[in-house]
Amino acid sequence: MKTETLTLGGRSFPSRLIVGTGKYPDFDVMRLAIEASGAALVTVAVRRVDLSKRGGGKSLLDYLDTGKVTLLPNTAGCSTADEAVRIARLGREAGLSELVKLEVIGDETTLFPDNEGLLQATRVLVKEGFTVLPYTNDDLVVAKRLRDAGAAAVMPLAAPIGSGLGIQNAVNLRLLLDEIRDLPVIVDAGVGTASDAAMVMEMGADGVLMNTGIAGAGDPVKMARAMRLAVEAGRLAREAGRIPKKLHATASSPVEGLLRQDP
Amino acid sequence: MASNVTIVLNGEPRGAPAGETLLALLETIGVAPGRAAVELNGRVVRRDDYPRLALRDNDRVEVVQLVGGG
Repeated sequence: MKTETLTLGGRSFPSRLIVGTGKYPDFDVMRLAIEASGAALVTVAVRRVDLSKRGGGKSLLDYLDTGKVTLLPNTAGCSTADEAVRIARLGREAGLSELVKLEVIGDETTLFPDNEGLLQATRVLVKEGFTVLPYTNDDLVVAKRLRDAGAAAVMPLAAPIGSGLGIQNAVNLRLLLDEIRDLPVIVDAGVGTASDAAMVMEMGADGVLMNTGIAGAGDPVKMARAMRLAVEAGRLAREAGRIPKKLHATASSPVEGLLRQDP
Repeated sequence: MASNVTIVLNGEPRGAPAGETLLALLETIGVAPGRAAVELNGRVVRRDDYPRLALRDNDRVEVVQLVGGG
């Protein structure tokens, strides 16, 4: 597989970084940040048109070049399988894409996923022809169930959504990445800075999805570029194969030919 | 134009001329059909059907759009 190619449900994308479109200071900054990130897939949310503003106000779509990026509607905010299925169907019609980032939230404070609802909604949407990308916790057993239910990838969190805490349970993530080999694993949520992104890629993730890490940064456009480089660097390091860790030093320069003081 | 049906649009009751199509409704509220998705009484409506479907009394219509999100 090519270093930069991410394949989801039979479609190939020329970047392993997926970015969100929320929480930017304004649409212009968002547009520039997405460009700098090199992302080919961008998440969007589905919401009621605000009838108090004619045409619902400024349209996000005016700032996304859909010739360059593919829209990935999410089901953010849904707390039951039924709600998520409903939003996914509307998202497909609005975004004209069979891809869905499936979220079923089980707890409002942590925004942790509801495993049961997530599985239920995955089964329904897979049957309806969706390419389902579920946001899940870093639980191998749930990941396996989602795979068996027909998900096109699993997207475990590194830390709570929007927290920027980075990888909080490296062992869980490693075990998941070690066992789920036949399906892309995309780390979704919790990435705070470039090293977090590089680290999950070095650990073997197929991709990273982030929103706040870029949109909330002091300079979102600069951070978007940093994330792009980090994802690429992490992936390259993974493919290159790192050296084993050793406790003691090994000299890099030859010992032979070294000048010694005459006795 | 006389309002002779009452629909619920995005949760709010609203009058509409009898026989008004979904396409006409979208025009009235200023939403480009290619930028929205519409649910009529709980079912997603295909874009091709907007000009064909006429509003009936007590119809529940949801008009959604894509917004920024993660």
